[in-house]
Amino acid sequence: MKYESQKIAYAYFLVAMILFVVQVSGGLLAGWIYVSPNTLSEIVPFNVVRMLHTNSLVVWLLLGFFGAAYFVIPEEAEREIHSPKLAYLQLAILVLGTAGVVVTYLFDLFNGNLLLGKDGREFLEQPLWVKVGIVVAALMFLYNISMTVLAGRKTAITNVLLIGLWGIAIFFLFAFYNPHNLSLDKMYWWYVVHLWVEGVWELVMASILAYLMLKLTGVDREIVEKWLYVIVATSLFTGILGTGHHYYWIGTPGYWQWIGSIFSSLEVIPFFLMMVFSFVMVWKGSRDHPNKAALLWSLGTTTLAFFGAGVWGFMHTLHGVNYYTHGTQITAAHGHLAFFGAYVSLNLAIFTYAFPILKNRDPYNQVLNMSSFWLMSGGMAFMTFVLTFAGTVQTHLQRVMGQNYMEVQDQLSIFYLMRFGAGVAVVLGAVLFVFAILVPKREVVAPGPDAKLSPAE
Amino acid sequence: MREVMTKAMARNIFYGGSIFFILIFLGLTIHSHLYIVNTSTAATPLTDSVARGKRVWERHACINCHTLHGEGAYFAPEVGNVMTRWGVVEKPDDAFETLKGWIEAQPTGIAGRRQMPRFHLTDEEIRDLANFLIWADKTDTKGWPPNDAG
Ligand code: HEM
Ligand code: HEM
Ligand SMILES: [Fe+2]
Repeated sequence: MKYESQKIAYAYFLVAMILFVVQVSGGLLAGWIYVSPNTLSEIVPFNVVRMLHTNSLVVWLLLGFFGAAYFVIPEEAEREIHSPKLAYLQLAILVLGTAGVVVTYLFDLFNGNLLLGKDGREFLEQPLWVKVGIVVAALMFLYNISMTVLAGRKTAITNVLLIGLWGIAIFFLFAFYNPHNLSLDKMYWWYVVHLWVEGVWELVMASILAYLMLKLTGVDREIVEKWLYVIVATSLFTGILGTGHHYYWIGTPGYWQWIGSIFSSLEVIPFFLMMVFSFVMVWKGSRDHPNKAALLWSLGTTTLAFFGAGVWGFMHTLHGVNYYTHGTQITAAHGHLAFFGAYVSLNLAIFTYAFPILKNRDPYNQVLNMSSFWLMSGGMAFMTFVLTFAGTVQTHLQRVMGQNYMEVQDQLSIFYLMRFGAGVAVVLGAVLFVFAILVPKREVVAPGPDAKLSPAE
Repeated sequence: MREVMTKAMARNIFYGGSIFFILIFLGLTIHSHLYIVNTSTAATPLTDSVARGKRVWERHACINCHTLHGEGAYFAPEVGNVMTRWGVVEKPDDAFETLKGWIEAQPTGIAGRRQMPRFHLTDEEIRDLANFLIWADKTDTKGWPPNDAG
C-alpha cells in the first residue's frame, strides 16, 4: 500500500462481500421457491425475497465501486484521499440505509407511507428516506474523490472513473421522478436502470479494468489509456440511444423499434473491445505479476461480460425477436450472465488484486480463489443455459401458441430444478471466494519450481 | 493504433461524440414524452382513481412477481393485458368484481402451486387498482403482447 488512505477500501470491500453472500443466498431461496412454491409463501413471499436479492446485488456492486475508487485514486492521483473520515461516514450511512431497507421489506413496515414505506418500482423499491440517504452518501463520495483528483495528478483512468461515478449519481436522480402516467414512469425508470448498466457503469468497469491491466501486465500507460478512451466512446455512442431497446412496447413512439434495434446491436462493440483489450494487454505485457488469480478474474470479467451482455443481450434485442421474448426467462438468463460477467466479476477482480496489498502480504490464497472462479462462473453459465432453454420453450408455448402462463410454467419445472442446482454451485463458490480472500495464512498449493515471480506491484 | 490516433484525439472524440448523442437522446425524450401524454395513453383519461391504483400496485410490490407491459418479475402472469384476458376491459364494474374475487381468494394454498399473497385491500383500493389496470391495458403498446396469454 503506497498511500495510507487506500485502507478505506478494506472496509468497503468487506461490507460488499458480506452483502454478496446475502445476495446469492437470497437468489438461492428465490430459486427454491420456484421449485417448491409453498416455501415461506405466507411469511416471506417471493416478491420480498426477490427485492432482497436484487437490491443487495446493486448495493454491494456500488460499494465495490466506491471501494475501488478509494483504492485506485490515491495511486493514480499520487496523493491521499481528501478526507478519510468523510469516507467512513459515507459507508456508515450506506450501511444504515441497507439495514433499514432489509427491515422495511421483511416486516413490510410503514406500508403506504410516502417517506418510510417501500416504493415498489422494480429495483427502486427503497423507501424515500433511504433514497435521500443514498444521494447524501453519493455527494459526500463525489466531493471526496473529486477534491482528491483535482489536487493531484490527472490521468485518463481517474478522468473516466470520475465521469462514470458522477453519471451514476446524476442518473439516480430520476429515481425520484415517479409520474402517475405509467408509460412516462417506465420511460424515465430506464434512465436509471439502462443508462446505469449500459452507460456509466461501463465507464467505471473500463477504467478499473485499465488500472488492473496497467498493474498486472506492465503495458505502457499511453497505450492503455488510448484504449480506454476508445472503449468508453463506443460505450456511450451506442448505449445512450440503445436505451431504445426498452422502448418498443411501453407506449413510446414506433421509431424506437429501429433506433433501439440498431444502436443496441452496436452495444456489443464496447464489450467486445474490452475483451480484446484485456487479452492483447496480457499478450503484449512483459510483467509476470504474481497475482495470477487477479489476472484470471480480469480476463474472466471481460469474457463473461462479452457473452452475458454482448451475446445474450444481442440475442433478444432486435425488436422482431423481442416482440416474442420480452419479459420471459430469456430476460432472466441475460440479466444473470450480464450482471455476473460485467460487474460481479469485475468487483471480484479488484478485490482479489487489492486484498493482498491492503493486508500487506503476498497473494498466497490463489488456488482456492481460482477454484472459486471456476465454480462460480461454471454455475452462472449453467444457470444461464437452463434459463435460456426455459425461456425458449416458454416463448414458443406462450407467445407463439398462446398457451396460458401458468400451464406453460408447469412444463418448465425441470429447468427450474437445474437452475437451483446451479445456484448451489454459485453460493459455494461465493463462500469459497470470501474464505480465500480473508482466511488462509499461506498458499495452499506450493507453486512449481518454474514459477519465477517478479516483485508484487 | 498508435499511428492512427493519439490519446488526445481519442479523448476528444469521446467527449464530442457523447455530447452529440446525449443531445439527440434528449430531443427524442421530449418528443416521446409528448407522444405518451397526447397519443399513446390518451385513449382513457388518467383519473385520480387510476393514479391511486398505481400507488396500490407499488405499495404492495406487485412488480416483483408479475410483469406489466413485459417488465418486472417472471414468477407470475403478465397483467398489462389481464383485463382483456378476463374480458372486462370495457366494463369497470365487472373488472372491480372480478379483481375483488381474485384478491380475496388468495392465497390458494394448493400444494405445489405458486402462491399469491393475501393483500388486505379496501373496496376502494380494489376499484382503483382495477381502473389502473384498465388504463394500462388501453395504452397503445404497438401490438404487444402477441396474444391474450400475455
Ligand atoms: C453489463 C451490461 C448489462 C446488464 C447488467 C444487463 C442487465 C439486464 C437486466 C437485469 C435486464 C432486465 C431488466 C428488467 O428487469 O426488466 C435486461 C434487459 C434487457 N437487456 Fe440487458 N444488460 C446489459 C447489457 C445489454 C446489452 C449490451 C444488450 C444488447 C445487446 C442488452 C439487451 C437487453 C434487452 C433487449 C433487454 C430487455 C429484455 C426484455 O424485453 O424483456 N443488455 N438487461
Ligand atoms: C445462487 C444463485 C442465484 C439464484 C438461484 C438466483 C435466482 C434468481 C431468481 C429466482 C430471480 C427472480 C426471477 C424472476 O423474477 O422470476 C432472480 C432475479 C435476478 N437475479 Fe438472481 N440468482 C442468483 C444469483 C444471482 C447473481 C450472482 C446475480 C448477479 C450477477 C443475480 C442477479 C439477478 C438479477 C439482476 C435479477 C433480476 C432479473 C430481471 O429482472 O431480469 N442473481 N435471481
Ligand atoms: Fe438495456
